[in-house]
Amino acid sequence: MPKTTKSNTQLVVSGLLNENPIFRLALSMCPAVGLTTTVMNGLLLGVAVLFVQVFSSCTISLIRNHIHPRIRIPTYTLTIATWVTVIDLLLAAFVPVAYKAMGIFVRLIVAFAIITMRLEVFACKNDLVPSFWDGVGMGLGFLFGMTLLGGVREILGMGSFLGYDLLGFRPLLFFVLPAAGFFTVGFMMAIFNYVETVYNRRKKERMA
Amino acid sequence: MIQKFRSYGLAVSMILVLALFAGCKNEHHTIRQAEFSDSHAITITFASPVDADWAKNPANFAVCEKQDPDILADIASLILTPDGKKLTLKLAEPLNQNNHHTVTLKEILSDGKSGGTADVTVKKSYAGYLIQILIGAMIIQNFVFSKYLGLCVFFGTSRKKSTAVGMGITFTIVICFASLMSWFFYQFVLKPFHLDYLQIVVFIGLVSLTVQGVDTILRKVNPKLFKAFGVYLVLVIANCIVIAVPLMLANNEYNVWESLMLALGAGLGFLIALFLMSSVRERLEFADIPKSYQGLPIAFIVAGLFALSFMGFSGMTLF
Repeated sequence: MPKTTKSNTQLVVSGLLNENPIFRLALSMCPAVGLTTTVMNGLLLGVAVLFVQVFSSCTISLIRNHIHPRIRIPTYTLTIATWVTVIDLLLAAFVPVAYKAMGIFVRLIVAFAIITMRLEVFACKNDLVPSFWDGVGMGLGFLFGMTLLGGVREILGMGSFLGYDLLGFRPLLFFVLPAAGFFTVGFMMAIFNYVETVYNRRKKERMA
Repeated sequence: MIQKFRSYGLAVSMILVLALFAGCKNEHHTIRQAEFSDSHAITITFASPVDADWAKNPANFAVCEKQDPDILADIASLILTPDGKKLTLKLAEPLNQNNHHTVTLKEILSDGKSGGTADVTVKKSYAGYLIQILIGAMIIQNFVFSKYLGLCVFFGTSRKKSTAVGMGITFTIVICFASLMSWFFYQFVLKPFHLDYLQIVVFIGLVSLTVQGVDTILRKVNPKLFKAFGVYLVLVIANCIVIAVPLMLANNEYNVWESLMLALGAGLGFLIALFLMSSVRERLEFADIPKSYQGLPIAFIVAGLFALSFMGFSGMTLF
């Protein structure tokens, strides 16, 4: 991909919708399945990923002219690892209870394909400002996906949202089972696909 | 190629035999053996008879779990065999045999002479414990279906059986090397210098190094094997399991054999998961699936069904 021609708003919107990391690019699936039993967990990990993505993108786009192409992947990895350490220590210090609930996933952000991929295809070819907005878009897209999944699972499974009781009963307790993460992601992906096909068909009809 | 695999198998079995021997060691010269005899009792076998007066006094003994030495277990009664060589400590509450226990014996008296104070670690049979870790990581707590890790690579490489097996084998080899190196660095560099907070950076660096190393060595030593498995090497680094295992063994303070078993279990578990999934996905090719579900969505639902069935293993203990 050469230097981007998109405006900042376009970058953010594409990260949120048509290049959504979870539903469209299908990267970083582990937390989307394993950690979305409640909205809160999804939200917090989403914020952590947003943080790491934005800061890593900025770092790489600042030093991109000094990286030898042959060692670019190790450089990305170490940059991400540094920012993950920062957010890991921050979360452990300020929100210890939630940090414990997220378990090992915060540290595993370091192996999330989405971040490395954005550095490789975007940040290492673009200036600081577009890289920043691309990071924001991708991070927000991830946050959006995690919250959506967490919301669906919490409402269907527990009948509550963010811990507040909404329905007063539990419609489908099955959805809070850890294994149901796979089903939820599968159904959501199918819905995204369906919406896309319908949208494209409408567009074609309008053109014709 | 088959011969290569044979030599791998030989190496793995040699490691297993070594692991069996590593479990046998003496901690104090007068104590021959200490073991759990039932859910409430620990039996200690002495090399020479001990004095009955000493052995009958509960103040001479302290039993605790190794991880929290402050919480002492109540000793209900002490039974010494007539020959004075076998002492059974009956405890008031049941023991959790999965945890290591420490028994402190103060001033062991044997024929009126003091044999000094001994700390004895009581644990389940070590080989059994190792196999428990192996099977635990492989099936009971399968990394893909019970811990939901490594999913990107899992869905990416489970389309065909041959790819799945190639990925699984490459992954197992790399994770064993990477975990051993991480264990070494953690125990001998990070811990002594109190650099625990560098865990993430160091472990991911070591993993990349291992991948690069295996790549270079394999390319030179066996180009045929490299042709078969080289493409999967790059993907290993994008797999969360490869970084989760070092983090877990640092958290649990595993020793080198336990670490190796955890890594091997994680690798083989990933191989099993990939193989199961690819067998199903090969058949899905011919199934009549609604258009919106084709590709990944249906793969996720299949994985969900697998995860549900793997839930049946949860809470299983072997030994």
